[in-house]
Amino acid sequence: MSDDSSAADAGAVLPDGVERRTFGGRERLSTEGAQVYGEPVDADGWRAWDAGRSKLGAMLELGMDTGLVGGESVLYLGAASGTTVSHVADFAGPTYAVEFAPRPVRDLVGVAEDRDNLFPLLKDARDPDSYAHVVEAGIDCLVMDVATRGQAAVAVRNRQFLADDGRLLMAVKARSEDVTAEPDDVFDDVVAELDSAYEILETARLDRFHADHLGIVARPK
Amino acid sequence: MTDAWFAGADPDDPESGATRVRTGSASAPADWPAEAVDAGFAADETDYYAKLRSATLAAASEAVAERERADDVQLAHAVRAMDDAERTANELAERVVEWAGTLYEDVPRGLDGVRDIAARDPKTAAEERVVSYATRAVDLLDERDDLRAFIEERAPTTAPNLAEMAGPVLAARLIALAGGLEPLAKKPSGTVQVLGAEDALFAHLKGRATSPKHGVIFTHEYVRGTRPQDRGSAARALAGKLSIAARIDHYSGDYRPDLHAELTDRMETIRARADEEADE
Repeated sequence: MSDDSSAADAGAVLPDGVERRTFGGRERLSTEGAQVYGEPVDADGWRAWDAGRSKLGAMLELGMDTGLVGGESVLYLGAASGTTVSHVADFAGPTYAVEFAPRPVRDLVGVAEDRDNLFPLLKDARDPDSYAHVVEAGIDCLVMDVATRGQAAVAVRNRQFLADDGRLLMAVKARSEDVTAEPDDVFDDVVAELDSAYEILETARLDRFHADHLGIVARPK
Repeated sequence: MTDAWFAGADPDDPESGATRVRTGSASAPADWPAEAVDAGFAADETDYYAKLRSATLAAASEAVAERERADDVQLAHAVRAMDDAERTANELAERVVEWAGTLYEDVPRGLDGVRDIAARDPKTAAEERVVSYATRAVDLLDERDDLRAFIEERAPTTAPNLAEMAGPVLAARLIALAGGLEPLAKKPSGTVQVLGAEDALFAHLKGRATSPKHGVIFTHEYVRGTRPQDRGSAARALAGKLSIAARIDHYSGDYRPDLHAELTDRMETIRARADEEADE
């Protein structure tokens, strides 16, 4: 039985450590690790990655070319209680998880306790100086999942952590920028602002899983 | 000298690393794993990541525990003290300006005048007294500013949604008036709407007046900046969302962007009424 058949259908290669497996009769993304949020786990210890609860999961599910291969170093901004970053840590290398709100970090610490390569940081992503003494330079993948206004500015400010051949994976939430504007206009503005520091490789609407969200894959200029 | 989190930390004591993780900073990242091995902090990369993990876990746990203890009671005292300081400073300022006016020709009015007097070099015994008195008033104004800064820093951790929606100072006032975040979370939104308007409310309940439309939330731009005939609607909409924000802050503590977006939508609808009528 091949786990890769439907991945090929989706057009992009999944990173090592992410597989499509069958849960309740449905093929879903999954990673191997300790259960976190009550997600289904199969007999081999693989747990379903819910694309409806994870923007990065949706980007992979939609076949975006994230450049992820597995084992890379990751800086994840906006880790919240660790739903998505737990899957990332399952297939990636050293994973730095930054989250600003204390309450979710309590849960994030629980997720990190079950994983050797996940480093939780209660820090503000708008202020990289406050964690640059911990997060190493030359990160392979910067994941941006902060639901605040000024998402592009935060991405630009955190460019310094990324290796020159690294990738920015970003999910922009239109309503976080401006609730009244048309999502398309918001996305245009965000992409334009990213342009100062990044070359955009691919964008795709994530609406199938997340309304009014744009997934962006970019690399540093 | 490096800014690295492990600089000065004891390799065998995760607590010392945790403190550095929490309080340190650097202007740019570097190849910390390699530096740590070079500096003898870690035997190899694997050892480095194990030490980093211990330190970040300890740092995050401590910081969360501490920030969650960030007390609503502290916030309530701070906002009351801020109001005391401002009220008293204004009272002293009145005296200073009046007194100084008899000694100097050119005294600016109000609080500017007080700062101006406090900075002067007294030539006579009387001037010495008035300058000294002005200095007390200025100190009190500085204290008020420090209290405000304290509230602005604390409110977003104590009540993230309430502070975002109301602004830190109004959030602190609501918490103070309700007697804490938990009591505020348990109040119906109609009560939140008139918190701070107790005199008017009791006058109304005794049948002597109409019901108040708003209490301290009047200071919010959404109420004050809405035309008078729509202010009741605006105050009701704002109070409804504020009480939901207080409940989320008390019971869950995570930030909910959607809540703020909903209020923005609602306020636009209310304010659109004025434009519609202007068009007719």
